[in-house]
Order: sequence, then C-alpha cells, then structure tokens
Amino acid sequence: MSRVGRNITVSIDRLRHLGHRQDRPRRIASDASTCPKCDSHYSGDEMRRNLRVCPACGYHFPVTARERLEQLGEPGGYVELWSDLRAADPLQFTDLKPYADRIREAETKTGMNEAVVCAEIEVRRVPCVAAIMDFSFMGGSMGAVVGEKLARACEHAAQKGIPLIILSSSGGARMQEGTLALMQMAKTVIALDALAEAQVPVIMILAHPTTGGVWASFASLGDVTYAEPGALIAFSGPRVIEETTREVLPADFGRAERQLANGQVDAVVDRRELAARIGRVLHILAPPDGEALVAGPPGWAQGGAERVGRVAQSLPSLPGKIMGRIRPGSGNDDGPVA
Amino acid sequence: MSGGKPDGPSFVRRVTGKLGRSSGVQVDEDLWASIQIARHAERPYTLDYINRITSDFEEMHGDRLFGDDPAIVAGFGRFNDRPVAFVGQQKGRDTNERTYRNFGMASPEGYRKSMRVMEIANRMGMPIVTLIDTPGAFPGASAEERGQGGAISRSMQLMWRLNVPVVAVVIGEGSSGGALGLGIADRVLMLENSTYSVISPEGASAILWRDASQAKRAAQAFKPTAANCYRWGVADAVIPEPPGGAHTDHGQAAEILGQYLQRTLLELEAQTPAERRVVRRERFRRLGPLRDPEGGVAMASGRDAPPPG
Ligand SMILES: [Zn+2]
Repeated sequence: MSRVGRNITVSIDRLRHLGHRQDRPRRIASDASTCPKCDSHYSGDEMRRNLRVCPACGYHFPVTARERLEQLGEPGGYVELWSDLRAADPLQFTDLKPYADRIREAETKTGMNEAVVCAEIEVRRVPCVAAIMDFSFMGGSMGAVVGEKLARACEHAAQKGIPLIILSSSGGARMQEGTLALMQMAKTVIALDALAEAQVPVIMILAHPTTGGVWASFASLGDVTYAEPGALIAFSGPRVIEETTREVLPADFGRAERQLANGQVDAVVDRRELAARIGRVLHILAPPDGEALVAGPPGWAQGGAERVGRVAQSLPSLPGKIMGRIRPGSGNDDGPVA
Repeated sequence: MSGGKPDGPSFVRRVTGKLGRSSGVQVDEDLWASIQIARHAERPYTLDYINRITSDFEEMHGDRLFGDDPAIVAGFGRFNDRPVAFVGQQKGRDTNERTYRNFGMASPEGYRKSMRVMEIANRMGMPIVTLIDTPGAFPGASAEERGQGGAISRSMQLMWRLNVPVVAVVIGEGSSGGALGLGIADRVLMLENSTYSVISPEGASAILWRDASQAKRAAQAFKPTAANCYRWGVADAVIPEPPGGAHTDHGQAAEILGQYLQRTLLELEAQTPAERRVVRRERFRRLGPLRDPEGGVAMASGRDAPPPG
C-alpha cells in the first residue's frame, strides 16, 4: 500500500474506459408506495411512470440516482463514470457502529458504491455530464469519494466543453470521514470553477434535502438553480437552529418555496417538468454543436459602426415615441416603466 | 511544510518530540486536554494577534448589503513593513463581548465583509492572512434566509480565485464550513493546540451518539488535532505554542505566529500568481483517501513523518 504522494488523478481516456465497463442501470424492484401527505396508494409501476410524484397531491417521493438518470435522459440511457471508486476509512471511525459496517450496509441496501452517480447523458438532445446524489446511501453524505467524483465530473465537463448538471440530495459532509470530509467542500468549490473558465454552464438541481456542507459548497454555486417542491435547503437544519437559538421556526422553514422568496434559487420546478426545463435553458445557454444560438442579421459578426447601423436598420419599428417611456398598454404590459 | 523548515524558537524540539510519540494511538486524555486548550477562555483571539503583530491596523466594517457582523474582523495593517490584509473570526472574553461577537459564529454579512476586504487586497497586490477560530457558522433562521450557505461557498470561491498570496492559520477551534469559509489558502498553518474538524465534539455527540454527553468520545473518534491534520495533509505546518499553551503568554504566542507568517509570506511572494493558484488547487484536490479498484487504499496526501520543527 503506497500512501505517500500517491497520485489519484488518472487520464480521461482511462476514465472513459472504466465508465464503459459498467453494468447496465440496475432495475429497482417494483415497490408500492403510500403517499405520506395524502395517503393515496400506488403501485411501483404507477410511481415510476409518474416520476415518483404523487398524482393526487404532488408530493415528491425520493428517487434513486440511477432512476433519476433515466428520468432526465433520452431512451438509450447514459454511460456511468467512475462507479468503482469506494470509500476508505481513514479514521477507523466508530460511533454507534463502525463506519466500515455502515458502508457495507449501504452498499448492500442500495446496490451502489457511493452516494453520487456520475454519467455522460443527453438531456433533450444536449450532451451533458451529470452528477446525481442519492440520499439512500448514508444520507447522501459527502466524503472523499463523493468529492472526488464531483471534482472529476467538473473537470470532465470542462474538458469536453459540455454543461454539467448536478442534483444534490444530501445531509452534508460525511461525519465518519472527519476533517477530510470537510475538505471536500473546498475541493468541489474549486473544481466547479473549471466550468466557469471553460465558459460552460452548471445547472444545479436541489432535491430534498440539500443541507450542511453540501449547501455551503458546490450546491449554492450553480449558474441556474432549480429546487424540487418541498425540498429542505439550509446550512443548519431546523432542529439545530431551534436547539441553539431557541427560535420557533415556521413550518416551511428552509423549504424550496420559501428559499425562492428568499432569493436563494431561480425556480421551484415540479419533477415532471424538470427535464424539459433543463433542456430548454441549456438550448439557450449551451446550444449543442450545429445549433446556432442566434440567427443574427447579416453582418452580425462584423464590428464597429457598420454593424450597429445594420442592426438598427433590421429592428422592427416600435409604437410610440422611441425615446419616451415605455407605457403600459403599448405592447409591453408587463414591462418596467423606465 | 513543503517550503522547508521555518526558523522556530528553541522549544520546537519539544513539540516535535511530542508529535513523534503520538504517531500511534493517541492518549484520550491528552487529546481532550488539547481540545480544551484550543477553547481556553484566556486563549488569544484574532484581535489579540492582530494588535500584536501589526501596526496601523484599520478595521473595516459592513458588507454594503445588509449590515456588519462583529463575529468577523477584517481590515488592513502593516506587518513587518509590508501591507497585509487580515480577516478572522473573533470571540469575546466576557459575557457581554461573547454575545456581541456571537461566540465567533459568523453570519453571511461576516463572510461578505471578508470578501469585500479580500477583493481590495487582491486589487492592491496585498497578501491576505486569515485567522480561524469558530465553533461554526451561526445557525440562525435570519442567517439562513440571507444565504448562509452561499456566503460560505462564495467566500471559498473568491479565496481560490485570488491572485495574491493567502495564508490561513487555525488559531483555536476550526469547526465545520464556518471555519473552512476562511480556509482556502496557499498554506494552511495550525497552532499546536488548535483543532480543525468537520463538526464540534458537542455537535457530533448529539448527532452521531444521540447523546449530548459523548463529546469526549466524539473528539477521540475525530482526532482533529493539529498533528493529525498535518499527517492528513490538511495543515502544512504546526506552529508551536508557549509551554502550557498560547493562553499562558499572549506575547510569545503572537511572536511565534509572526515568525511563521513572515517566513511563509516570503516563500509565497517568490512565486507567481499562476504558480500559487496551481498549488492552491492541488493541495485541496488531493485531500481525502479512497479505495481505488487497482491501487487499494490511496491516502493521497498522507504524511508519515511528524511536522518539521
Ligand atoms: Zn399524495
């Protein structure tokens, strides 16, 4: 076992090779569900068809990472990346039970190696890299493997020049990896900047819950940030706040809808609209090759006064006084009155 | 530390010897005692160091967005005839001051004030030193509604982007994202008795053991000492404290910190901004062991040796 100075960065080619070796997405056993909000009962098939949203009341059930990829992607699926990385136990950590046992149990329960699944995927014909967290694996907590896979996803998307979609569902840093889990916050924040440098957008989806060190790192740094209805989004959870400050919190504290009002997210998006919404914004921010962003007027690419003149000529004439105020009722009812 | 051996005072050997002995299983009581020293009521706080190692310190106030957060001190001063920006969490010593400083638990305004000062320093080509000492960011509803998570993440993002040399020093307790929010640096130094952890022992006790009285056990499980952080690659150097701990002699503690800062800044100033940014990214990129399918356990940056003295 070589400990000192071991370089864990591997070439993209080798990573791709590892990715293609992966199994087909695992089918989850058909599981019937009862809605905790309205008590309606559904078969597993109904749930899957409805993207695990209660048709009666709109309650959003948890979804596994691989089912999320199927929901977001095209038929034909996705190529999973780096799925063979697994957690180490640097502290030989034991709380009420050993960390090593917790990992084994989570692996058995979920059929996954870790709390994030990364893949290459097409969302509404836009090739993307996706990193989807899964709360069912140790509360979606971020240890060294989650940090490493997220960092690789950032670097991979930046290197390919394609958008990155991250879906967070996590209680925060993985306590059982101690200080090194905390450091994954730094790692992911820095890695995310590779996309800014590559001028490639990051779409952040905040699913229930997105809290602690995940919210205080990469999850609050999306270019476009959508939250699922009812998702708890907070650095400190309600229980910690109530115990520390004796504040009495409103029932919707930290919930997606309230965080929209607080200015913390761009929109609350129903899961059944999510793929279409991501696709729509990606076609604006990062149109795939061969799809022009703007069919500009002739000479658009030319500089200087000539271009300005041509653009001005090509504009439709506006009703009313050009230099005056834009009046309500003059074809721009919702517009600002300047 | 990657950049050689700082000129430490004579008792560095004593510290090194102690670290050497602890390379096996650390004695429970030693570890707990060290954690108590890190949070000692008489331990020097951020302003105690700033006032001793700088002259003409000018403190800045307010984030220009909402308010001023007394839990974070930020400003500019002269350090060894060089302008340097200092930022750090500030604890209070008596009840009134503790309340005023919110126990060193910062709100979004604190991180945003820090970012404002760092942006000025970056523009002026001034190195930045952060002093970390907090049980965590403030867990309050108002802080959440004003974007506590985004304030911390943006502070980290800004620190990563800086062109000037950045040194972070954990001077007391460095707990959770509230600490790391000031922790993205070219070099991370830790005082001998300081701790750096994902959560405070009390917080971990309540969450993992579901019993608030298990803080000692939690501390033993996390082992968040300076020596261990050095071994994990989280800290680049351990700064010795006066015998018995920094609280026994604020003047000497500040003098030693000043020596380490001077040495570290000289090293960093010899590098270009581009070189520093590569190292800054890599030092965080490699942290965290994992099982590689081919390589067994990979401790990416672990060190076997005790810190250089
Ligand atoms: Zn329902």
